[in-house]
Amino acid sequence: MTAGRLSLRVVALGYLGLLLLVPIGMVFYRALENGIGPAWDAVTTPPAQHAFYLTCMIALIAVPLNAIFGIACAWLLARYEFRGKRLLDTIIDLPFAISPVVVGLALILVWGREGWFASTSVIFSVPGMILATIFVSLPFVVREVEPVLREEGIDQEQAAATLGANTFQILRRITLPTIRWGLTYGIILSTARALGEFGAVAIVSGKISGRTETLTLFVEDRFQSLDLAGAYAAALVLALIAVAVLALMTILQRKYKDH
Amino acid sequence: MGIEARNVTKRYGEFLALDDVSVAVRDGSLTALLGPSGGGKSTLLRVIAGLEEPDDGTVIIGDEEVTNHPPQRREVGFVFQHYAAFKHMSVADNVGFGLAVKKRPKSEITKKVQELLDLVGLSHLGKRYPNQLSGGQRQRMALARALAVEPQVLLLDEPFGALDARVREELRAWLRRLHDEVHVTTIFVTHDQEEALEISEQVVVINEGRVEQSAAPQEVYDNPANEFVMGFVGPVTKVGDRLVRPHDVQVFEHPGEGTQPAEVIRLARLGFEVRAELQLGEGDALSAQLSRAEADLLELAEGQIVHVRIEPVVSPSA
Repeated sequence: MTAGRLSLRVVALGYLGLLLLVPIGMVFYRALENGIGPAWDAVTTPPAQHAFYLTCMIALIAVPLNAIFGIACAWLLARYEFRGKRLLDTIIDLPFAISPVVVGLALILVWGREGWFASTSVIFSVPGMILATIFVSLPFVVREVEPVLREEGIDQEQAAATLGANTFQILRRITLPTIRWGLTYGIILSTARALGEFGAVAIVSGKISGRTETLTLFVEDRFQSLDLAGAYAAALVLALIAVAVLALMTILQRKYKDH
Repeated sequence: MGIEARNVTKRYGEFLALDDVSVAVRDGSLTALLGPSGGGKSTLLRVIAGLEEPDDGTVIIGDEEVTNHPPQRREVGFVFQHYAAFKHMSVADNVGFGLAVKKRPKSEITKKVQELLDLVGLSHLGKRYPNQLSGGQRQRMALARALAVEPQVLLLDEPFGALDARVREELRAWLRRLHDEVHVTTIFVTHDQEEALEISEQVVVINEGRVEQSAAPQEVYDNPANEFVMGFVGPVTKVGDRLVRPHDVQVFEHPGEGTQPAEVIRLARLGFEVRAELQLGEGDALSAQLSRAEADLLELAEGQIVHVRIEPVVSPSA
């Protein structure tokens, strides 16, 4: 290896290490500083358990909805020409571009006490948090599935149709297996985003401990209350979930390439 | 089952892909739709299969008008240029797909799949996946898959277009034999005149959305309906303002009745065949096609002056 390449490597890895690995490593270190026991205690208090449960529940509702919408939308974009297609294409990327805080405020404007669909059961409660999470994690499945549909083309689906398969059979036996890796990848990204969302959810939730507090909000709550051990322990749980998602993604990417 | 397309018109925006096209195909025959790319032949095939909806006209398969039937109800076997293999299924599952969606019993499917794999010579590859097959094998798999549902008609869209020349010739002969065995009414699309003339019983020449001629291969070659057909189904050379086939240019050593002198500009020896580029006195260039024996007898060489007589056996009727 030449000196130039070696130094480039050192710089790239050093940069990543300093900015990403060290801070996350510190979370692990501080959370487990006094052993597993105290950390375990901190994340098994009733509010912590509820935050964990709520985070998973929101993701379990938001992600499947986004997956179904994502497939339908990707299908529409890849297979049909229609008026307003470019507009739809742009709107789907909106959640990538808009700050989550703005999303939260927008939801309050629509659903809040003064909003168009004024409702007491959306803002400062779980339905609003689900809406916010759907909003911010919406583009992932569409953006992963659409290129696969486009690349594979329509031949296989048409071949299945001439062989007598109806629309449902084509979807189940041809289309879904064809997009399965793109879909899985999109779902994983969507899940990671849903679990980690803070800004939008913070605004619409009202942050009521034990009721509308997700894991990310719980971490902040503990931190503000100077319960650093609790904050680090909960952050550790979030970090572990992220690492698990990353590992899953790496494995799938490797499989993806084989197909 | 016979197939008939009556007055079919198909537009893509401004582009007129099919312009009032009528084609009739006899029960049990093997027909080629021949023409240049973008001429409308694939569109016609897809209209017959129900994969495209015509703007106007009717499609009849057997005694039934199927113009408004979806592809599922037309009982056609369709073979795509790029195979359209179901990549996530084994070869056997690909072939059995049509039977599986019809919920036939497993034992029946297994038996039928084995029969078809035998027929197309892939019986040892049933457990493989399409990406483990060569192009020719994939296309034979696609054919077996189409035949599995016992279609009334078989439609092949440039079936050998993506294969290399040698495999293409093998498969062409093989398709002809297969058709003799299975006897299902077959239409295939091709831009290769040799392919069309060699294996089909009827050739339909399609260009710019219209049928230029529909006849037996020999007829299309010998009595082309117009200059386009003449130029498309075989080699041509221009003499003055008429088209002749290079093999109708007779070459002599000495002048004779009705001959003109010409200089040999270039000779190309292609095995049995010799092609000579000639220059007539007035400056017209033309090509002649001779057998090797004829060329040797004349001791043809570049720069030599020969005498040619043009006796067209073939000329366009319009």
